[in-house]
Amino acid sequence: MINPTEYVPKSYHARVSTYWWLTRWVYLKFILREVSSVFVAWFVVVTLLQIRAVTSGPADYGEFQRWLRSPLLLTLNAVSFFFVVFHAVTWFNLSAKAMVVRVGGKRLPGIAIAAPNYAAWAVASGAVAWILLRG
Amino acid sequence: MNKRSNEPFLWMLFSAGGVISALLLPIHILLFGLAFPLGCLDAPSQEKLIHLIKHPITRLYLFTLCSLPLFHWAHRFRFTLYDGLQIKHLNELINVFCYGGAVVGTALAAYLLWNIR
Repeated sequence: MINPTEYVPKSYHARVSTYWWLTRWVYLKFILREVSSVFVAWFVVVTLLQIRAVTSGPADYGEFQRWLRSPLLLTLNAVSFFFVVFHAVTWFNLSAKAMVVRVGGKRLPGIAIAAPNYAAWAVASGAVAWILLRG
Repeated sequence: MNKRSNEPFLWMLFSAGGVISALLLPIHILLFGLAFPLGCLDAPSQEKLIHLIKHPITRLYLFTLCSLPLFHWAHRFRFTLYDGLQIKHLNELINVFCYGGAVVGTALAAYLLWNIR
């Protein structure tokens, strides 16, 4: 007897180009958003180095600050800033789409969910800046 | 019996890390990465920073700031390699590299912050 499962064709997979994400702006935006995570990780590494430098004394911290002033690091951090802001904006806008909040049977508009996120962003940034910059 | 997936837990770390990265990393990069090195604003002294860092709340803050965003990176970067570059045959290795990296970074943050005197 023929085993029917033996003749089931393997599922068909169309070959997708490695550069599929270059074909459309929305795809590119998706990949850029994913790539932002690399810059997130980069600045965590910088922060870890900073913690180490601060705790090992003024001389080491001075060395760390000089390192941050090099053109390469300034460029890298400028690019990182752009990507991290891109992450923040897409993240807050996405949360408005991902969360469905109903009030009185009606769905709250996205702006009502995104706006508090932006407010929290402003407050958190303000607090960090205030702590670091006050006298 | 079905094996339970770790995916929801990893996704939760990804999501929490996404929030922390969005709320706090831009100001950290703007100040420490750009404004202070460029001299646009007066950088806080090492003395001030060590004073801040000795406070338990600052340590908890820095630990969160380092750990969760690394898990966010791990999750996103894994899928960037998986979908973007389609290197699916290296999946296992990629997972070890990504989540392993996040675990090592977290351990390092804990070690550095714990040993401050």
